[in-house]
Amino acid sequence: MKWEVVIGLETHAQLSTLSKIFSGAPTAFGAEPNTQACGVDIALPGVLPVLNRGAVERAVRFGLAVGAKINSPSIFARKNYFYPDLPKGYQISQYEKPIVECGGIAIQVGDAEKTVRLTRAHLEEDAGKSLHEDFHGRSGIDLNRAGTPLLEIVSEPDMRSAEEAVAYAKALHTLVRWIGVCDGNMQEGSFRCDANVSVRPAGSDKLGTRREIKNLNSFRFLQQAIEYEVQWQIGELEDGRAIEQATVLFDPDSGETRMMRSKEDAHDYRYFPDPDLLPLEVTVQQIEAVRAAMPPLPEARREQFRARFGLTPYDAGLLTASRELADYFAAAAEGADAKTGKLCANWISGALSARLNEDNLEIAASRIDASRLRGLVDRIADGTLSGKMAKDVFDAMWAGEGDADAIIAAKGLKQISDSGTLEKIVDDVLTANAQQVADYRAGKEKAFNSLVGQAMKATRGKANPQQVNEILKRKLAG
Amino acid sequence: MLVAAPSAMSITTLQQIANRLAAGECSSVEVTQDYINKINELNKSLGCYITIDAERSLTQARAADARRAAGKAGALTGVPLAHKDIFCAKGWLTTCGSKMLGNFVAPYDAHVVERCDTEGMVTLGKTNMDEFAMGSSNETSHFGPVRNPWDVTRVPGGSSGGSAAAVAAGLAPAATGTDTGGSIRQPAALTGICGLKPTYGLVSRYGMIAFASSLDQAGPMAHTAADLGLLLNVMAGHDPRDSTSLQRPAEDYNRDLEKPLKGLRIGLPREFFGDGMSADVRRATDAAIAEYQKLGAQPVEVSLPNMGLSVPVYYVLAPAEASSNLSRFDGVRYGHRAAEYGDLLDMYKRSRAGGFGAEVKRRILIGTYVLSHGYYDAYYIRAQKLRRLIAQDFAQAFKACDVIMGPTSPTTAFRLGEKSADPVQMYLSDIYTIAVNLAGLPGMSIPCGFGEGGLPVGLQIVGNYFDEARMLNVAHQYQLATDWHRRAPRGVTA
Repeated sequence: MKWEVVIGLETHAQLSTLSKIFSGAPTAFGAEPNTQACGVDIALPGVLPVLNRGAVERAVRFGLAVGAKINSPSIFARKNYFYPDLPKGYQISQYEKPIVECGGIAIQVGDAEKTVRLTRAHLEEDAGKSLHEDFHGRSGIDLNRAGTPLLEIVSEPDMRSAEEAVAYAKALHTLVRWIGVCDGNMQEGSFRCDANVSVRPAGSDKLGTRREIKNLNSFRFLQQAIEYEVQWQIGELEDGRAIEQATVLFDPDSGETRMMRSKEDAHDYRYFPDPDLLPLEVTVQQIEAVRAAMPPLPEARREQFRARFGLTPYDAGLLTASRELADYFAAAAEGADAKTGKLCANWISGALSARLNEDNLEIAASRIDASRLRGLVDRIADGTLSGKMAKDVFDAMWAGEGDADAIIAAKGLKQISDSGTLEKIVDDVLTANAQQVADYRAGKEKAFNSLVGQAMKATRGKANPQQVNEILKRKLAG
Repeated sequence: MLVAAPSAMSITTLQQIANRLAAGECSSVEVTQDYINKINELNKSLGCYITIDAERSLTQARAADARRAAGKAGALTGVPLAHKDIFCAKGWLTTCGSKMLGNFVAPYDAHVVERCDTEGMVTLGKTNMDEFAMGSSNETSHFGPVRNPWDVTRVPGGSSGGSAAAVAAGLAPAATGTDTGGSIRQPAALTGICGLKPTYGLVSRYGMIAFASSLDQAGPMAHTAADLGLLLNVMAGHDPRDSTSLQRPAEDYNRDLEKPLKGLRIGLPREFFGDGMSADVRRATDAAIAEYQKLGAQPVEVSLPNMGLSVPVYYVLAPAEASSNLSRFDGVRYGHRAAEYGDLLDMYKRSRAGGFGAEVKRRILIGTYVLSHGYYDAYYIRAQKLRRLIAQDFAQAFKACDVIMGPTSPTTAFRLGEKSADPVQMYLSDIYTIAVNLAGLPGMSIPCGFGEGGLPVGLQIVGNYFDEARMLNVAHQYQLATDWHRRAPRGVTA
């Protein structure tokens, strides 16, 4: 039987506020345990939550960025369960009426484009952390993270493969950083996904029973976990066993998912509206103020880059992987024609990206700023530099030796494009390499490359290779 | 053994103390020491206070005297009062009447405590209360019952029973209380003092240990309406730390005390004057209404058709919120943790089973049940809808009247143990007060006579939202014409 995979994602994005969602304690990562938890966070008797305006503003920003509906009022509810790292014995979340509903995220897998619909996005607080090691058979509790603001973004079950799920997660990751609502730091847990996975016979319109894979904090784990889970579910079904609804964990070491709790063990969270918090009203004016301050979004930038410079969807996608990268490209390609713009794109997604990766730098920390990169590209476009020479100039620029023109001057790297000079050089080469000329004329195509190489060598790489090619061809044909 | 003292005590008001302090007739240290002496003498018999700390109180008194000497005294600087043990007070044991918090020293001040401290008032101690404010007789306290100074075989009411009895017995001139379903008004009525539950949101709940968040409201308890106003002036005001705290300009709640009552329309809800109340309570209530007519007020019959539902609605909503509010008492971070336990679940079970008393457990169970999957709509949602209807009833009634009056409690103080075996009977002692909390309206109780056995009867006055100044005016005018509030129990000695 052929199976269709159905995936929906629930993503927890930590909002980039300086203080917690219901208290004034700081949200900075990595402090000594329990040093960033105030009375509200540790749930002293008598304390009360006060909503952080910045968290609301970010939720609205996200909602507008995905074309969603902003609910006003939205309602905070208590999700009740006991756990030592949940100080109040309930988590404040939104249940029946989330702040954000609907909307969608465009994704690309290969050449295919589709939109994953969003069900909702709601505000909630994070729990603390239980530390089960280093306490000699006991557990430690760190409440620094308790009360950290989260936006839980829930997709519709619109994805049909692990690749699509990863593409969605990446697009979402790009977007939340793009609009500045989340730092996207996956190692620190600022962006983590739960994947709801089910399979069904291809062509069926009934959803299969899903299992939820919890807490995937890298795109690789997301992919691996879904792939394993899909194979496991198909195996079960093909062996005639039914899938039971369950929550599972992914073990990166074994690459397998394993059962955490079955549906029978599911909590009854006894949700009810939190009487300590009033219904959250967001006015039209507030929404419009957020909209007015919204930066142009990745999709708009992609379209703009494609239209202006004729970039492929793939290249446009690469250049909009982050807002900083898109800004860098836009600055480099400012006022450029299509050819120069495309050259900028190639250099950014090629040599520059490779260098940034090697040195583990973000684009904002690039050793070559956008205007200098453009300086290099201009010298390529006007024929001053060959590709090979440009690479050397690029390396020198990266090493901090100045801008392209300065390096070209200092190293005497100017490409030889004067046809009179080149004709003479080619003549010399032909005279000195009679054997190769004979070979070429006898049909050995390879000899041609050797002759080009001789010409380049004679000019220490400075000859314009296209011109050398043309002159050689003409003379050999003659 | 408790015996009646030869002479009746006389009451001392906040205003009198404030006047004497202002006139330099006495110091705060002297006044405070007097109260400490009385507390030391009588608290063991009455059980009003859970915690006293004379040195701490006298330190505050000395600071108040110094402040007065520096010419920086406020209206109530140097005046002592007692705080219900539901309010966190920095450095004070804050138990909420429970073994669960039997070792909990609050690391911060509740808004109410902070306001009183800022005014320069002196904290005499933390008063006894029903455990987590769940009770109407003060018998659910882990620290033992409070006895009614009018008859020590009887309860003072609850849950603010310690505060009420302390004021009635002269162990504090005034006290703070909290009222979720009548917990200020009912004990005030049963001990012959005044108590005011303000409009929901007027006094910050910050630092007040939550029972049912949407109903809890702090308020003053004292001998006179004017004293309630003085203390409310200190307690009320916006607090950004409580999202349900209302943003309103500051007001002097005593500004209208002297207004004549001519033309005042007093709403008498048919449902308040049915079969529920005892004959002596009815007599005293009727007489009070007659007195008001003499003062120029007109009675108007009104109706609150859904009032009969207020007790069942309350006993769905309040336990629902309580079941969640009390989840934080889990033995993990503070408070009672069982001495021995196996795994985590066992630690929870033993700590909570051992830390909470029977009434608290009953309400946690009820609340957990009504919020459970499959029952939520039938109980919680329905109760919320009825709550709105009850509020609408009041809105309708206030179209025809300025204040509503009726009994505070269906009976005078009952005997210790009389109702503790029957929770429903106990719940019904709040039958006249609960609807007011459900509607979020301000309500008060003032003494209006005595019933059988010489036990005090309270008159309930319910105002429209934010009408506290008018209610105090209405109560004050009555107190100018009567002296029920000046009567004191004959006194108790150890």
